[in-house]
Amino acid sequence: MELIEAIILAVLAASTPLLIAATGELVTERSGVLNLGVEGMMIVGAACGFAGAWLTGSVFVGALFGIVAGTMMSLIFALMALGLAVNQVATGLALTILGVGLSGLIGAGFVGERITPAVHLAVPGLTDIPLVGRVLFGEDAFVYFSIALVIGVWWFLYRTRAGLILRACGDNHVSAHALGYPVLRIRTFAVMFGGACAGLAGAYLPLAYTPFFIPGMTAGRGWIALALVVFSSWRPGRLVIGAYLFGAVTILQLHAQGWGIGIPSQFMSALPYLATVIVLVLLSRARSGGSTAPAALGTVFVPDR
Amino acid sequence: MQLVLEKRAERSGAVALVSPLIAIGLTVVTMVILFAILGKNPLLALHAYFIAPLTDGYSLQEIAVKATPLVMIAIGLSLCYLANAWNIGAEGQFLIGAVAGSWIAVKTQGTDAGAWVLPAMLVLAAAAGALYALIPAICKVKFGASEILTSLMLVYVADLFLDYLVRGPWRDPNGFNFPTTAEFDPVATVPLLIEGGRLHLGSIIALLVVAAAAILLGRTIKGFEIRVVGAAPRAARFGGFNANQLIILTFAVSGALAGLAGIIEVAGPVGHLQPGISPGYGFTAIIVAFLGRLNPLGILIAGLFLALTFIGGEQAQIAMKIPLDVTKVFQGILLFYVLACDSLILYRFKLSFPNRQVARGTH
Repeated sequence: MELIEAIILAVLAASTPLLIAATGELVTERSGVLNLGVEGMMIVGAACGFAGAWLTGSVFVGALFGIVAGTMMSLIFALMALGLAVNQVATGLALTILGVGLSGLIGAGFVGERITPAVHLAVPGLTDIPLVGRVLFGEDAFVYFSIALVIGVWWFLYRTRAGLILRACGDNHVSAHALGYPVLRIRTFAVMFGGACAGLAGAYLPLAYTPFFIPGMTAGRGWIALALVVFSSWRPGRLVIGAYLFGAVTILQLHAQGWGIGIPSQFMSALPYLATVIVLVLLSRARSGGSTAPAALGTVFVPDR
Repeated sequence: MQLVLEKRAERSGAVALVSPLIAIGLTVVTMVILFAILGKNPLLALHAYFIAPLTDGYSLQEIAVKATPLVMIAIGLSLCYLANAWNIGAEGQFLIGAVAGSWIAVKTQGTDAGAWVLPAMLVLAAAAGALYALIPAICKVKFGASEILTSLMLVYVADLFLDYLVRGPWRDPNGFNFPTTAEFDPVATVPLLIEGGRLHLGSIIALLVVAAAAILLGRTIKGFEIRVVGAAPRAARFGGFNANQLIILTFAVSGALAGLAGIIEVAGPVGHLQPGISPGYGFTAIIVAFLGRLNPLGILIAGLFLALTFIGGEQAQIAMKIPLDVTKVFQGILLFYVLACDSLILYRFKLSFPNRQVARGTH
């Protein structure tokens, strides 16, 4: 019982940064923009988030620092890919390369420092229920926020007029422009939302997952978040399933290493990455009839006036 | 009044020629600001980065040694990017090439194996790199899976595989438990060009690769197909060019070149297999490819320039305690400016004065 509860808690913790980052990227991609710089925005968010929490002693301020840092990074992307109509794939790669360097520079002074990590909810009576108590009532604020974020994004995309317009920009920017919608402005906001989420997801790592900062601590999570968006067929609901599945793979391979089954640890550590490749292949194959991606995803749009 | 982009009637040749230079200039200006923020004397820092490495023979050789893998990988990547195939996993193909070639070196260690060892290592490394690159290419062509994500994921897998080998079966029994193989035998080592120097045969191979790519792109039908498929996919379809076949071909070639670069690095300057054999060559090569405007000669120059920043970064760290991460920031900023300047080849800025009432109507 204890072990199962511990595993579920660990899976939720490992999934949360993936879920937050992927939700942000989903909105960005739904507006027709492919921002491959999630990893870069996340890692800068991690460094700035830790810096904020260390300087002020507040996890909340740290999270805000992460959000602001991610948003600033995404603005560089918006300026390039939307303002200057540069190839989005190349710009996203540049953002990741820049982010890795910047986070090393910002975080260098904080390596080896510790902070008090995010507190977990404690409701007298409820949190002590065996098995489900801590899972439902004993998480940190990030976990609850990530669920609220997905529900909010779902509601925005499918139940509001603004969400409909955003999806229209992603499916056919020429028509959206002709109808009088400011395509580039809408996309800029979508990119900024993606950046804010990636920054927060990155900040989660040193603020709640481990209470310290290590260079390169995102370890490809930004790229896995990108794969999750493909996995979800650009639907928020499926994103939750995908994120928790990947969190489960990550945690199970860690536990398997602990049990000492005869497989070398490196092979187990490679599992989440291999799983990503296999899932991408299986999904793309299943969808060979027609793509579910936003039709204008990744294409350059220069309005002619 | 606002600033808007306007498509040029035709590509601007003048901008195309000077855009990398403008990008480098803007990057240097940005770096001066960054050095000032870090509290370092910008002029001394720039001198350490860009001038000091050019003033002594050892550093000059070191620049050529560092440029060798960058140029080889970037040439392969440029073929991919020209054909609109996004291989960003060159780092993984580099590592797998290093592993495959090292297999022969490790197995023949201490035997009286002859001069065939090094050529066999080079061939096997190229083949392994090509096969590893074919995984994302085939996933893309057969199943439509994004080659960007799959090729990147395989970098982590290759990294872990190498880590397993040097900590497990291939670890040097006399290596004091360090995760490394034993030093390669002389027959398994890339020969030096100058006795006692750093420059090795790999740099000559890199030059041959540049020449071969220039001929392929400039003088052959295949090269023409690659350029058309990327630049005008519709025209390529009407021309009967097979885009899928070109994705497979360009991925295989770039994987082979990355794998070759990997074994040359291991059997050359490093001398044994260990984790961390690459300071991100596979990713920096992406910058090299773009800075070189996807042109073989341009890539050669860009590769030397980025190698200079690696060496300069090390010297600046030793002389002025400037963190090594500054080099990565520099490279990232450079790529941004290169891409931004490239945009001005196709577009130009125009001040527009929209009629207020119309503007209100359209928004």
